[in-house]
Amino acid sequence: MNGASMGRLVERGIITFSWLAGAILFTVICAVTGYLCFRGLKTMSPALIFGSTDPMSALLLRQRVFDGLFPAMVGTLLLVLLSVGWAIPIGTAGGIYLAEYAGGGTKKIFNLLFDLLAGLPSIVIGLFGFSLTLFLNRHVSKELHPCLLMSSIALAFLILPYIVRTTQIALENLPVQNRLTGLAMGATRLQNLFHVLLPQALAGMVSGVLLAIGRCAEDTAVIMLTGVVASAGVPRSLLSHYEALPFYIFYISSQYADQQELATGYGAAILLLFICLFLFAVAFVIKKSLPCQVFSQR
Amino acid sequence: MTAGSERVVERLFFAAAFVSAFVTVFIFGFLVYYGLPLFSGGRFFEILSSPWAPHQGSFGIYPMIVGTLAISMLAMLFAFPLSMGCAILISVVSRGWLSIGIRKFVEAMTGIPTVVYGFVGIFLLIPLVRNVFTAGSGMCVLSASLMLAVLVSPTMILFFCDSFDRVPSSYGHAVLALGGTRIQQYLHVTLPCSWPGIVVAVTLALGRAVGDTLIALMLAGNAVQVPGSVFDSARTLTSHIALVFAADNESLEFKAIFACGVSLYLFTTILVLIIRLAAHEWGKYGQAR
Repeated sequence: MNGASMGRLVERGIITFSWLAGAILFTVICAVTGYLCFRGLKTMSPALIFGSTDPMSALLLRQRVFDGLFPAMVGTLLLVLLSVGWAIPIGTAGGIYLAEYAGGGTKKIFNLLFDLLAGLPSIVIGLFGFSLTLFLNRHVSKELHPCLLMSSIALAFLILPYIVRTTQIALENLPVQNRLTGLAMGATRLQNLFHVLLPQALAGMVSGVLLAIGRCAEDTAVIMLTGVVASAGVPRSLLSHYEALPFYIFYISSQYADQQELATGYGAAILLLFICLFLFAVAFVIKKSLPCQVFSQR
Repeated sequence: MTAGSERVVERLFFAAAFVSAFVTVFIFGFLVYYGLPLFSGGRFFEILSSPWAPHQGSFGIYPMIVGTLAISMLAMLFAFPLSMGCAILISVVSRGWLSIGIRKFVEAMTGIPTVVYGFVGIFLLIPLVRNVFTAGSGMCVLSASLMLAVLVSPTMILFFCDSFDRVPSSYGHAVLALGGTRIQQYLHVTLPCSWPGIVVAVTLALGRAVGDTLIALMLAGNAVQVPGSVFDSARTLTSHIALVFAADNESLEFKAIFACGVSLYLFTTILVLIIRLAAHEWGKYGQAR
């Protein structure tokens, strides 16, 4: 075989291989989502969420839902709100510092530490959350046990590097002339930041927050070590145990008692899948559209 | 706004960055502090290399380290060619809307929750592995690594594509101008030039594979043993933490999960350093453009 025909053979081989890889990936994802929908779509009804309880009295917390996903959904929602609530102010401020104020050496050290924090497995963050709880229990208050509050703090550490990074990158990517105009017109550094730079960087920052929300909603390893339980009802306070969707799915997969419970597990998996994909899609749309809106409003 | 308040806000920004960055250091401190009785007197390496036999007073995590490496390496073995193929499909073979469409599909894949992969794995993949390979319960290294490969592939594909895109287009145009095909351009210019990006992608994916808890916990069977074949059940460091934690107590057995945590922490540190070295090389290409 001469060189030219050998080359053509290699070329054909690479093209076939790449189509094959694409087809395998596509088939696998279709199998995963298709199987989930096939087994779980029929459970999609208000009964999946509220069970046999009346939806109104469940929503007003008058009656506890025992056989539906309502407590798990409330748990996940509270968890997301709390963790994002901790992480946004600190993460945004940290990102602003890195992008706008940090000097060479400091920036290098901070960058390394954030890379490391972003790379840590979530179960390690969970373990830290648990040891923090132990520590606080021993030295601050005996009341403190693994609970909604501690989970949300641990999750906040998990998403902190994302928020810092997206803020930093959104600010650093702004064109230099946008950065200088305000300053040239006599604005102070801070005025320039709040009135010129941040509004323009908003799109990148918001999409980062939405991705962080997605991580909070899907994470199981952190909450497993910091206070989630299989059955707790709607949490009554920050210091109580709670349920969450991903943990419910994990729990049902090994502990289901009958087909009814398993069907609820499929329902929960579909619900979580759609919540995460929805957040992902919204983050994507915002990233694409927001900068133009900010400009057209001015 | 006065100069004084301006300085106060600046200090606040610094405080926020400082606190969130040094959490990383605190985490290490806490893990070591709570695992201390096991680490004292240079016993850390002993723990890494001895077997897990709590009743005989041996709290080694050697089987879990081997389990972690076996599952994640096998997953990388599946995921690397798959991701490379998909990346070539997106960046080289397909054009226009098809290329964009596949890329969007892969991006959306990163949004699929891990626990969903695990859940479907239990009811779809496990029976499949059990029937095809007649391998006991089907909960084994192979099942976990197959699912893990699907989990880490999107990360790798997107990073591969990005690193292909980063190669200055003038390099590639030179090949095309000499009458080369797009595949030749890819093989002889794009691929060799984008090696730092490929190293970053593989390292990131390996980090995800090693750090993932749920896939291995749900699909690998969790037996404490050094797996002899891909059809053996195994336990990873991450699942060991989750499982021992569930049997909550204050014993030395419980302290061993902090040894797992420290090992995972140190492993992550090594990976991050590799990524930074490769990214540094990568930066040189950016300047050469």
